[in-house]
Amino acid sequence: MRIVYTDVLVVGGGLAGLRAAVGARRRGHEVIILSLVPPKRSHSAAAQGGMQASLGNTARGAGDNEDVHFEDTVRGSDWGCDQEVARLFAHTAPQAVRELAAWGVPWNRVKAGEREVVMDGRRVTLRERPEAHGLIAARDFGGTKKWRTCFVSDGTGHAMLYAVSDQAVAESIPVHERCEAIALIHDAGRCHGAIVRNLVSGELSAYIARATCIATGGFGRIYRVTSNAVINEGIGAAIALETGVAELGNMEAVQFHPTTIVPAGILVTEGCRGDGGLLRDAAGHRFMPDYESEKKELASRDVVSRRMEQHIRAGHGVKGRFGEHLWLDITLLGKAHIDGRLREVKEICQHFLGIDPARDLIPVRPAQHYSMGGIRTDASGQSTRLAGLFACGEAACWDLHGFNRLGGNSVAETVVAGMIVGETMADFVESSAGDLQVSTALVREFLEREQARIDTLLYGDGSENATALMARMQSIMTDKVGIFRRGDLLEAAVEELQQLLVRSRSIGIATRRPGANPELVTAYRVQKMLKLALCVAYGALQRTESRGAHYREDHPRRNDADWLKRTLARWPDAGDTLPTLAYEPLDVTRMELPPGWRGYGAKDAIDHPATEARAAEIAAIRSAFGHADRYTLQQALMPFEHLVPEPYRGRNERLGDTP
Amino acid sequence: MSAPAKPRCLTLRILRSAPGTHVEPEWQDFAIEEGEGMTLFIALNEIRQNLDPSLQFDFVCRAGICGSCGMLIDGRPGLACRTLTKDLGATITLAPLPVFELIGDLSVNTGKWMRGTAERLETWIHRQQQPELTALEAPMEPELAEAIYELDRCIECGCCVAGCGTLRMREDFVGAVGLNKITRFRLDPRDERSDEDFYELIGDDNGVFGCMSLLGCHDVCPKGLPLQTQIAFLRRKMAVVGFK
Repeated sequence: MRIVYTDVLVVGGGLAGLRAAVGARRRGHEVIILSLVPPKRSHSAAAQGGMQASLGNTARGAGDNEDVHFEDTVRGSDWGCDQEVARLFAHTAPQAVRELAAWGVPWNRVKAGEREVVMDGRRVTLRERPEAHGLIAARDFGGTKKWRTCFVSDGTGHAMLYAVSDQAVAESIPVHERCEAIALIHDAGRCHGAIVRNLVSGELSAYIARATCIATGGFGRIYRVTSNAVINEGIGAAIALETGVAELGNMEAVQFHPTTIVPAGILVTEGCRGDGGLLRDAAGHRFMPDYESEKKELASRDVVSRRMEQHIRAGHGVKGRFGEHLWLDITLLGKAHIDGRLREVKEICQHFLGIDPARDLIPVRPAQHYSMGGIRTDASGQSTRLAGLFACGEAACWDLHGFNRLGGNSVAETVVAGMIVGETMADFVESSAGDLQVSTALVREFLEREQARIDTLLYGDGSENATALMARMQSIMTDKVGIFRRGDLLEAAVEELQQLLVRSRSIGIATRRPGANPELVTAYRVQKMLKLALCVAYGALQRTESRGAHYREDHPRRNDADWLKRTLARWPDAGDTLPTLAYEPLDVTRMELPPGWRGYGAKDAIDHPATEARAAEIAAIRSAFGHADRYTLQQALMPFEHLVPEPYRGRNERLGDTP
Repeated sequence: MSAPAKPRCLTLRILRSAPGTHVEPEWQDFAIEEGEGMTLFIALNEIRQNLDPSLQFDFVCRAGICGSCGMLIDGRPGLACRTLTKDLGATITLAPLPVFELIGDLSVNTGKWMRGTAERLETWIHRQQQPELTALEAPMEPELAEAIYELDRCIECGCCVAGCGTLRMREDFVGAVGLNKITRFRLDPRDERSDEDFYELIGDDNGVFGCMSLLGCHDVCPKGLPLQTQIAFLRRKMAVVGFK
């Protein structure tokens, strides 16, 4: 029995996991990272457009601060997020971007003086302040009041991932590559580490840890049409679900990105529209202003994706070999801009479409992009039900994004959550709660159970085809649990997914070798992914309202009276075919920003009975604190500083601050 | 419009191997029908789904961003995910990248090699003082930031390593990927290392003086990095240190 001991086990070598690992290591603890692939190949590298942080250095960012970022994030979430977490995030994001600057990320910088940009289809001259020269610049993104998205051309995630990954090397943190956590070891409400399969040798080992952190990203690959990398199969969230104890939050909240290229599904950044790109239909007509007079192409992603599909349904799509699509037009930005700031987009267009985006229109259609849901944690990143289990980044639901995430907030979340969870885990390991109390008998039990499962797949008499089950699941999700959802379709999806889950229990495989075996990997992963798919589909079926990215054609209004609550999914019994759902209300009486209109999208929400009273209360506090500074006022509205780890408590300095 | 031509039948000739077993490496042919816009990512997955579920290869982003899928495509190192079959003949040979430890079939351990490079060349910003996170960031000239990013675009795919003549003779040569990283950190004012420090890392035949200037690296880099000029530049700078 091979057992590896460590203080902290981080599952996932993307930005969130790496940053959490660096944090715990710098506090003096032993850390091991597990990664399916070399960490610099993680899907964080594909984040193109940028990361939101309210530095306020640029002309169009001036006046930005945590308050504005917070409000944008809450509106973006359609009031589904945890507002204290949104505060904690908006406060820490400027520190994250500055830390990354010190670690070598070549952030695009402000150039003083006049420059020409494209806004709302027209060329406009902006004047950047001389005192801002050389500070970190920002571009426009959807659903934001200020230009807040810090960027490195359109390779932001790549530059960030390399900087943080190299910091992990500098800290001598071992990364066990091509290793996959396939089960969590736990008993009596305490997580003790994971059973890990080496994807090259096939060997199983037990990794025993005082703190275990899941940072495995999203689960986009349960969909057929997705921008996600092939490794984004959600196995980290699935093994948490399979404990029967840990909960997954808001799994039905799935984001569809407006602009992925047709048919490959590869993302082209929101920065295209942020920098002035337009959406056009078959007639060449710019249609977004017809639907969204305020924000146009730069409404939130859920709204833009829905409007695009609505426009295609109305008969304005471009008919092509691979179905219908619309056009993304960045020709008006000019070759120099595209060569400098949208070069990944240019390469993608060249290689996958054979076009030059400086001259040609880009065929786009919305595709699955992001999982707002994930392992439910508190604001410190610890599982609400399983002690010693932590999660951060897209795999987690501490609930920054609610039912729709703003562009640029996820790559910011990875590092911010990593900073916070690294500290939280170090605190945990240093406390008596972090003491190891695990018997080798328990470890053996888990190892033997997992080995038996794999042996059943390898040598059993099952006859179901894993690849076929995977393909069917992906089609169901894309066809029936997509942008527009309806009760009858969701019922059909849940029913068939349950059948697939039952069938997945008798998979047989042709390649009966224990080592590197892609067929075996598909087999055990599809069993787990079907459970996630059921959490999404069943959660969507039960939620009879529309909120953010979850849109029910048969229940088109946001219903705060009945649904201002978070879905929690558990899987108590391995033999179940459905998750057990529970709901956690969001407390209107404590919100800093009570529910209202987002500033874009529909305006027909059903109010929560407590909203009016809370709004009045806030108005009273605001008038009572009329002369106080914004920090004091904020403290009176919704205190959150107790959630900020000590090293990150200071106030963020900005250009033009009065001392 | 003329009637669509009948799709081609492609033969993918793949070098199969399973290190650690007694099976000898061999070429194996797979026949598939070419599809519209087919990439090697699509073709290889189709083979794995329909013809041989045991075939090993590595893809992650499938968008030319992550650098996982470097392989020899008709003998030349390149990214498989963004290679369109229509640009190739009806018979396509695929083999794993040389130099790197072979995992099996088209899968090689670039991760281990690149981690080794990062440790050896200390590819991170070296600075004494910890940043004050709440303070205004230090300014940087916009053009300098862009120049650093130009070199920071390396995706560690290993194509330059596989295309390197020097590496055939000196197995400890740092390769263009390593030299490019040194030029990247050397350019970055946030890194406090001096040319003497960099000389310690690459001022020998396994570093910048080992390069035979065959420049296969420059020809095969999928990101079009200016490797030729960077290596020449670095050699001049390091020679200055060497003469001191």
